[in-house]
Formats: sequence, structure tokens, C-alpha cells
Amino acid sequence: MNKHATPNLQAAKIKGGVATDQRHDSAHKHVTGEAMYIDDMPEPAGTLHGCLGLSTVAHGTIRDLDVSAVRSAPGVVDVLLAGDVPGENDISPTGRHDEPVLADGKVQFFGQPIFCVIGETREAARRATRLAKVTYTELPAIIDIGELDPVSSKLVTPPLTLKRGDAAAAIARAPRRIKGQMRVGGQEHFYLEGHIAMAIPGEDQDVTVYCSTQHPSEVQHMVGHALGVPSHAVTVEIRRMGGGFGGKETQGNQFAALAAIAAKKHRRAVKIRPDRDDDMIATGKRHDFLIDYEVGFDGEGNILGVDFMFAARCGFSADLSGPVTDRALFHCDNTYFYPAVLAKSAPLYTNTVSNTAFRGFGGPQGMVGAERVIDEVAFAVGKDPLEIRKLNFYGASDDKRGGRNVTPYHQTVEDNIIHRIIAELEESSDYARRRRTIDAFNANSSVVKRGMALTPVKFGISFTATHYNQAGALVHVYTDGSVHLNHGGTEMGQGLNTKVAQVVAEEFQIDLDQVKITATTTGKVPNTSATAASSGTDLNGMAAQNGARQIKERLTDFAAEKYQVPHDQVVFLPNRVRVGNQEIAFADLVKQAYMARIQLSAAGFYKTPKIHWNRDKGEGRPFYYFAYGAACSEVSIDTLTGEYMVERTDILHETGRSLNRAIDLGQVEGGFIQGMGWLTTEELWWDDKGRLRTHAPSTYKIPLASDRPKIFNVTLANWPEAYEPTVHRSKAVGEPPFPLGMSVLHALSDAVASVADHKICPRLDAPATPERVLMAVERLKAEAKA
Amino acid sequence: MAAIKIRDEIRFLLNGETVALNDVTPDETLLDYLRLRRSLRGSKEGCAEGDCGACTVLVGRLSGGKLVYESVNACIRFMGSLDGCHVVTVEHLRGGAGKLHPVQQAMVDFHGSQCGFCTPGFVMSLYALWMKSPEPSDVAIEKALQGNLCRCTGYEAIVRAARAISSYGKAAKDPLAAERSKVTAKLQELRDGARVEIGVGSVRLAIPANVDDLAAILQAEPKATIVAGSTDVGLWVTKHMRDISPAVFIGNLDGLQDISEQDGAISIGAGATYTDAFALLSKRIPALGPLIDRIGGEQVRNMGTIGGNIANGSPIGDMPPPLIALGATLTLRKGKKRRTMPLEKFFIAYGKQDRQPGEFVEAVHVPLPAKGTKFAVYKITKRRDEDITAALGAFHLTLAKDGTVEKIRIAYGGMAATPKRAAAVEKALTGKPWTVETVEAALGAYATDFTPLTDMRASAEYRALAARNLLLRFFAETQAGKAPIQVSRAVAA
Repeated sequence: MNKHATPNLQAAKIKGGVATDQRHDSAHKHVTGEAMYIDDMPEPAGTLHGCLGLSTVAHGTIRDLDVSAVRSAPGVVDVLLAGDVPGENDISPTGRHDEPVLADGKVQFFGQPIFCVIGETREAARRATRLAKVTYTELPAIIDIGELDPVSSKLVTPPLTLKRGDAAAAIARAPRRIKGQMRVGGQEHFYLEGHIAMAIPGEDQDVTVYCSTQHPSEVQHMVGHALGVPSHAVTVEIRRMGGGFGGKETQGNQFAALAAIAAKKHRRAVKIRPDRDDDMIATGKRHDFLIDYEVGFDGEGNILGVDFMFAARCGFSADLSGPVTDRALFHCDNTYFYPAVLAKSAPLYTNTVSNTAFRGFGGPQGMVGAERVIDEVAFAVGKDPLEIRKLNFYGASDDKRGGRNVTPYHQTVEDNIIHRIIAELEESSDYARRRRTIDAFNANSSVVKRGMALTPVKFGISFTATHYNQAGALVHVYTDGSVHLNHGGTEMGQGLNTKVAQVVAEEFQIDLDQVKITATTTGKVPNTSATAASSGTDLNGMAAQNGARQIKERLTDFAAEKYQVPHDQVVFLPNRVRVGNQEIAFADLVKQAYMARIQLSAAGFYKTPKIHWNRDKGEGRPFYYFAYGAACSEVSIDTLTGEYMVERTDILHETGRSLNRAIDLGQVEGGFIQGMGWLTTEELWWDDKGRLRTHAPSTYKIPLASDRPKIFNVTLANWPEAYEPTVHRSKAVGEPPFPLGMSVLHALSDAVASVADHKICPRLDAPATPERVLMAVERLKAEAKA
Repeated sequence: MAAIKIRDEIRFLLNGETVALNDVTPDETLLDYLRLRRSLRGSKEGCAEGDCGACTVLVGRLSGGKLVYESVNACIRFMGSLDGCHVVTVEHLRGGAGKLHPVQQAMVDFHGSQCGFCTPGFVMSLYALWMKSPEPSDVAIEKALQGNLCRCTGYEAIVRAARAISSYGKAAKDPLAAERSKVTAKLQELRDGARVEIGVGSVRLAIPANVDDLAAILQAEPKATIVAGSTDVGLWVTKHMRDISPAVFIGNLDGLQDISEQDGAISIGAGATYTDAFALLSKRIPALGPLIDRIGGEQVRNMGTIGGNIANGSPIGDMPPPLIALGATLTLRKGKKRRTMPLEKFFIAYGKQDRQPGEFVEAVHVPLPAKGTKFAVYKITKRRDEDITAALGAFHLTLAKDGTVEKIRIAYGGMAATPKRAAAVEKALTGKPWTVETVEAALGAYATDFTPLTDMRASAEYRALAARNLLLRFFAETQAGKAPIQVSRAVAA
């Protein structure tokens, strides 16, 4: 269709190198509907469709599973039961054998898959699924964690303790102490494209699975285990997801495994695409937490010691709850130095869906706990919370109080730039003047009240499981000079492919349109890590750069030898290479190299340096670096109904020396809104039977365009560059902006506080629905009267 | 009555092509037809319930002889409702030589897509907006996008794109505008005045030729499912897989779409959509404008009917409480017989309305509030827009010359098994001076009128408290002149 663009051989700069604003590589296909998602792929003739049959009790043993009516329903080909899993009936991503593909005799949450109907059409499978007759012996179910003792209750995975100094002693010695509890809700990912897998059987034991997953290698392993075949028999491919947000890090395994089992059994392609309701009921979400805290502080508001217990509703299996609750602890400091700290996690077993990764991976929940503690101290000493925040920041390198830069996990914060971020945002958001304006407004407005808060973010970058911090890439240069790029990362909308292609274009000094990104597949780059933990570009960009450099070195060696010039006289210029005194088009040099039998393909590799982590001791350097940002939000609330509106938000965020500011800006804006949704209108609600009742967009409310701040100023700081030698000194951007949404929660809290003259900490829990806001208003009014 | 011509196929335009289908089932959705039968897979399924907008397409229809294109949710739109319509999908937008449409180019240039799955739906919603309003305000953009969820961008980039579309091309020169008269003629030709009957046995649908024909069909098939906008019936199929055969599609019946004002009342035909009724209702009863703006998203308002909102009897339908407060009446028809009743009498109990087999809602008549009376309606939801009511209160106050309450009608949704009058509260207020003391004294009567439930939208406690507080708000707003005492989406000067 498009004529292949001819590279400009005189260009001073390539088109689409690093640190330039490039559109998403698929943008033109998104807008035309031509971008292909798995459900859009043409199905092979005879494709069958699967539908999951879900448990209708939260905990029980299956007394009788009668699927005879299902089997005889029109269009039904098969009904898979636990016994039909040829290999291991387990898809636990951490090898704990606690998560069956299909429940076997026992169900542990309302909505757990028990059987899978395979039909000639999706409609036939869906209709037939309802004909099953399952009888249970119900067992007592634990739905909520409110009544559980975090120390003695059943856990799904071992807890973590972080400890520095003697927190108990510091709190006991402190002039003032406060104890409290905060509840912070979970969150449904609500990727617009739900889970889907299509398996196509091959010869021998082979199967190819197209799966909407952030972790093709894990899907490959799980399908292999479930089928009882080696990994080499399973190929998993994904070109793009319609959103992931962590919800497709492990949760795709189930659909892929079942599709593959049915495909191998029936020698036909099998597709499973759950309905939105089933997707929301049967797959995990962000963990909700109960956070118990005690803080000791002085009259100025200096924190002296903190004690945290982070109890999480994990659901019936471990899934990723271990690292998620760990990361909550890793972020219980946010940007604050605790002279003494004790933080413990309690990953609690419940009879609910197994909670999983979600953007921030527990980190935001940890930070919300930190910010609540700040609020408590601020109200206790009668100061603006922003003052208390600044007072307790990690020390900059020149901090006169000395040190104040060691985290609860004993990593030294070396790259702290929060002071400058906050100072600039305070200025640009006109914080001080608006604070006065708001006070004046509230004095004259009895029903509608305003509130404002400025909250910081520091987010640790790296998988805390050190071995995940590796990546591979495959780079081919073809004889016409065009480049085929593949890496282990997956594209879910974040623009990873665009950024990695920019890195490769920069390395070869060729225009971006000469680099073709291809679908992620386990057959090209093996043993990949999940595209998660904001690591996609850091890891895969480096691996691709490494691959490109290998080829470049070979080309340099070749040119130096062929043209008899020293190596330093072979210079890659835009779309051409200067060799001594002559310039050769990149494509021409490539062709010459090919004729000379130079290998033009390379496997790149990268592993993050410096990091290590000893979980037993709670010490190490789990993070390569930190990313920083801050947001200031102003809200108005209606004290008669609790309804509210975000009047204005100012954000200053940093991504180091950004590879692509346009894409980073989109991540910051989108991350903020998603974080705001988590803390405001997105409420997961289970009834007393353990049945999730908010399982579709009609009942589960993510933000709309009209929920954006009315005034929304988002700035990417133009001065930072990564302290560590990351890819072109850029920084990760996936998760760090998400907790910026805390500014809205705290602005709401500030508005609520105004009804009691800012003398009582509102202890506003999340999500701060209009209901919670109104109830907090009522509570404060009553307490103020008392 | 002249013999009615019967046709056994539906006929419509799909993008540039005329389609005739004689094998549609009553529950076949437009989205399944596009994706499964036609391999037009640009429109996506995100929720199959009309909330996310990933499936948004345009449907052009003749309304009063004029061709209007509206965004709709293909996931809950039945094929049987498309007879005589023009369906435009995202695949139709691209110009010659692969050139992107102005809406598409703006979305690309302003980075309006990330994962891209919601994007075709956004493009179609923005396209509909741009044709109507080439230089839309931010409020208009937000309204047009209420029915489109994006989980990646935070919407800011999409709104930036929406503001810029007209710098990429002229709406007046758009192909759909240029071909307007041609398409109008074609649709007129397709509308041949026939009744459509397709299918046999347990899989049947009918599209009446006119209202009399509808009455006749329903008399013959008293158990038929009446489908107007399908914003509710659509979910019976996609979510509950209920059998709706035989289905009778009334959405295109001219005779049910009249909206007129006569003798101090507005009559709304049962087939009129929220969008159809908006202009007159919001002009004559201004408080209803902001309410209608918060019902569903734009696509749902383009499909859903006020008649349907009443006829389905939901306790959380948004139109019955304000209409009850206004003293609306309902006309039902069975065969040739009509009866009219106060709207509130229609709702007997949860899931039970005063509608006999074979009978259908024909029109609702809404008296305009008398001069000097005060009328307000307040909807409380978890999320401001495109959310289902937790509690909704409507207030219609007539003050006597001496400042006492001559008459007050208060009705709530979400507080009982049906839309319901607050009779005890009304009684506690009537005849008393309209003062804060009277209002506060009346709050106790709420417990007599309502025992709300706890569910995923709100707790009983919150519903009870917020419902009482809405009376306080109403009182305060009657004191304060015109400025509402609420949070608002308007940007402060």
C-alpha cells in the first residue's frame, strides 16, 4: 500500500530517534479499526468456542456435577472437567499448586471455573453452560478481611517484615502517638479487551496459542504443564492487547490452558473469550488492604517511629500476592524517612477470587498508608499536611540533619529529586494563594466545600524478584537495510514497541519507519519476563540496543577491514555510514556485508545491574532507581449528598530523559485518572454470599471523560535524567504516575475536614465514593459537636 | 383497514451497500452481525451491555423525513430494529487512497489512542458529534463521550483531538453530508409501508407497518416482547440469554414518535428517544435537561425511549419520579381501546405494572409546571455520568400567596420497589409555611415513606440520609434564586 519510504541520505538527524515525540506505532490502525486483536483474527475453519462454568458458592465441596443436559444441548461438542486436564491441573504462577485450571471436587470462591463447555459457536457454548446442575456442600466462607486477625489467620504465602531501628521504642518515647486503621479498596482492571485465547493444534505435541497476555513465557509454561508436554511444543504469540494493567500478567493462563487442552483433544482450533461479567467475576483484581498503623512524632510533626500492618485480601490462592504485599511494604515510606520503622504484611486467605497484579503492584496501597500517617500527624499538630510532608521527606544529599536517606529495606536513596519536584509544583500550582482562596470560599459556602492536597510519589523500579530483571531481543537486518525487531516485551497500549523501535533506529541511525516491530512470540525470544513492573522499556530497550550494537560492531569491523580504515573512522550517520572519507548508504553497506557473509542477525540481552534482595533479612537493594512525581488536586464536595467534582489538578512528573514525551505524557495522564478512579468511584462490592455484584460497567464505575479534572495541567519535568545509566537515561513511566491519584483522595479529605474546622482527621477510606464522603462529613460534624 | 403488505426480510444500508436479510433472528445483535457474519471487526465488544461504547456505530434514520445519524451501541442493537436505516461502521470512514478521516487523523496526531481497543468507538462517537457540531464546546465533547470508556489515556488526549477535528476537514464536505439526499431517497424507498415478518415457530420477529398494525399484532400475540430502544431488552439477551421471541420492533414507527405540546402539556410518544424528546422537554421544563443528560451515555439516549423507561417498570428508571411529581398521565392501548391513568398508578409492585397482555404504552402526557411553581429533580449516583441511580428525588412545589405550601408532589426512585411518592413527607409539608423549620420537621416522615435497601450502588443508610438531604437542597435552592447549590461541571470563571 504505502511505497517504501526512501531514506534521506543527507539528513542531519534521523526521523524518530530517541527523545523525540512519536505517535504510537499502531495509532493509524487503532483509529481505523484495522489493528487486529485476537478476536479479530480470522478463525481457522471449524474453530470451536469455549465457555466457563463457574461456581455459585463461595466455599464448598461439589457433591454432584451433572453436565448431561449441557452435553446434549445443541451445538455442544464437549464439556471439559478437571479430569480432562491431561497434565497437571494447576496454573499457579509461583509453583504452589494452589490454583487448579478447573476446580476438582472443591470450590473456593464464587465464580471459580468448574467446567468448560466447548461448542460449535460461542453462543451455543454460553447457552449450554447454564444447563449444568451442580450441587454443593457449603463450607464456611471468609469473604471480608475485616474480622480476621492478621497474625493468626490463614495466609496464602509467607508474610514479610521490614525493620529498621526499634520502632516500638521510638513510638513509646515519642512526645505524641496516634494509632489508627485505614481501609483501601481493590480495583478491577477493566481492560477494554477482555481475556481471550485461541489455540491452534499442530503436529506431534505442538500447539500455538494466541493469548492476550503480558507474560507469554508463563502462558507457554502453564499450557505445557496442563498438557503435560515440554515447553518446546508450545508457542505463545501476542501482537497487542487491548489493555492489560497487570490483569493479564497471570490471569490469561486459565483461558490459554483450556483452549489448548480442547484444541489438542479435538484437533480443531478453540477460542475462549469470556463475557465481561465472567471475566470480572473469575479473574483477579487489585488487592484491597486493611492498614493498621501507629506513629510516634514530635510537636513539630517530625515522624520518629512508625509501625504498620498491611493485611491484604488475597483470595483463595497465592498467585502474585507474595510480591504484591511485599511491594506494599516497599512503598510504605513513599517519599518519607522513618527514623525507626516496623512494617509487616499479612497476605490473607479468603474465599474470593485470587487477587493479582495491577499497575503499582501493591505499591500504591503502601503509599496510601504512608499518606494517611502524614495526615494524622498534620491534624494532630494543626499544620497543613504539605508542611508535614516536606518536613519528613528523605534527605537530599545536602541535608543538614545528615543521612535520612535509608529506606525500611535498607536501600539508600541516591537519586532523590522530590524536593525540587515539590517546590516547582507548589509554585506552578499556586498552592499558597489557592489555599487562602479555598478557606475564604468555605467560610462563605455552607453546602459546597472545597479542598486541596498536594501529594508526592516515589516509586521503586525493578522486579523485586531479581531474576525477572532480564530481557532478550532479536534483531534482524535485511539486505535492503530494513530492520525486523522482536523483543520479549508485550504491547498493551503503553507504546513499548514504539520506544524500543526508537532505540534501535537511534542505534543504527536509520529512520524509525525502517524498523518493523513484530508480534511477541515465545518462539523468537525465549524465557521472557512479564511486561510488568514498569520495566518494559528499561529491559527490552536495553536488550534491543544490545542486539543492534552487536550487528553494528560486525558492520564496523567489516567496513574497517574492507575499506582499510581504523574502526573509529566508521561512523553511523543518519541513514548512512561514513567510512573514512566516503559515505555509504546504510542499506548499501548492509548489502556489501551480506555479500561478504557477515551475520546480520543478533540476539540481544540485558540484565539490570546492582540489584539484590535478601527477603529473609529484609535487606538489600531491590530497586535500581526511583521515579518521582507529584500532583496537586482541588475538589469541591456537596455536604448534603457527598457528590464531588475535581476542579483542578496540576501534575509534575519525571521520566528522566524521556525517550518519547508524547507517549510518556499519555502514561502520566492515564495513570493519574486510573489512580483517581481507584480511590474514588471504583468500588468492588461482594454480597454476603461472596458474590461479586459489581461485575460489569453498569455497576463498576471507572472514570469517564467528564470525571477528568476541569482544569488539568500535566507537565513532564524537562530537567531530570536518570541517575543510573538506563536506556538513554530515561526512566520507567508505567506505574509511577498511578499513585498521583492520591492527591484527589486527600483533597476530598481536606474538603471533608473543613466541616470541623480542620481540627479532626477525616480518616476518609477508599474508594471515597459519594457515600463515604457524606458519611465522613456526618461523622466529623457529629464529633465536632460532641 | 386496507390489507397490509407483508415482507419477509429486513432491508437496510450498510456503509455503501444495500442489504436484504430474511434470516435474522429476533435476538441477533448488530455487533454479532458485523463481526461474525460480515467480518467487519473494527467495532469491538467491550461489555455487551451498552456501557463501554467500544462497539459504537452510527445509525442513520429518517426522523420526520429528515435523515439523522446517531451513535448507537451495536452490542445491544437488534437487527430487527434496523429496517430502513443506514448503518455506518468505522470501516466506512477512510477516504480514498487510504487517507484517514479528519476524526481519525486528529486522534492520531493528538495521541488519542493507547491500547486502541476503545478507539473505533470513540472515533464513531466523535464523528457523530462533529457532524452535528463541528466546533463543539468541552461540555458537548464530554456529553458525546459519556458512553465511551477508555482505560488508558485518561481522556485528555481524546478531548484535545475532539477540539481539533475541524482543522482537519470540513464537516459539510464529509461524504455522509455530501450523500445525504441520495441516502435519504434510498431510505425512503426502503420504507415501503410493509409489515415485516421473519421466522417461524419459536424464533420470530415482526416489525409493524404502523401503530394500528402494532395494536393488531399485539392482540394476536399478547405475549410478544415489545422492543423499542433495546437498551434494556438488549441485556435480557446478551446477559441473561432470555428468549424474546416473538419480538415486535417498534423503534421505527412514525406514529409513536410524536412529541408535541398542547393545552399546557407535552405528549411524548412511546417510541420517542431521550434524544428526540430532549429539545422540547429541556426547553419547557428546564430541570429535565440536566437529568436527561445524565441518563446512560449518548448512544443509550439515542436508542432508549422514555416510553420504555416507564413500561419496563424499573424502580430505578430515571424518568418516572420527575414525571410523577409533575402529575403525568399514561395512555395505554389495546386493539382500538385506549385508557389513560396517572403515571404513578401504573407501577403496582416490583416487576408488576398495570399493563394487560396485548396492551402497550402509547404515550405519556406531562403537564407543564404552572407559573410560579418550583420543580427540581436530583439524581445521585456513584459516578456522575452514565451511572444508574442510587437515589433520585423529584420535587414539585406550589406555594400559596401567604408562603405556605399549597401543594407539593415528591417522588423518588431507588428508594422502594417502584417509583414512589413520598406521601407522608408531602403531608407533613402541605399547608405549612415553607420554612427551614417546616422542612426539618418533615424529615422524620421519610422513615414512614421509605425503607430503602442496601446494594452495590449504596447502603440503605446512605440512601435514607441522601434522600432526606435532597429535600434540604430543594428548600435551599428555592431560597437562593437560580444558582444551584451543588457541585457542578461548569468551569468557574
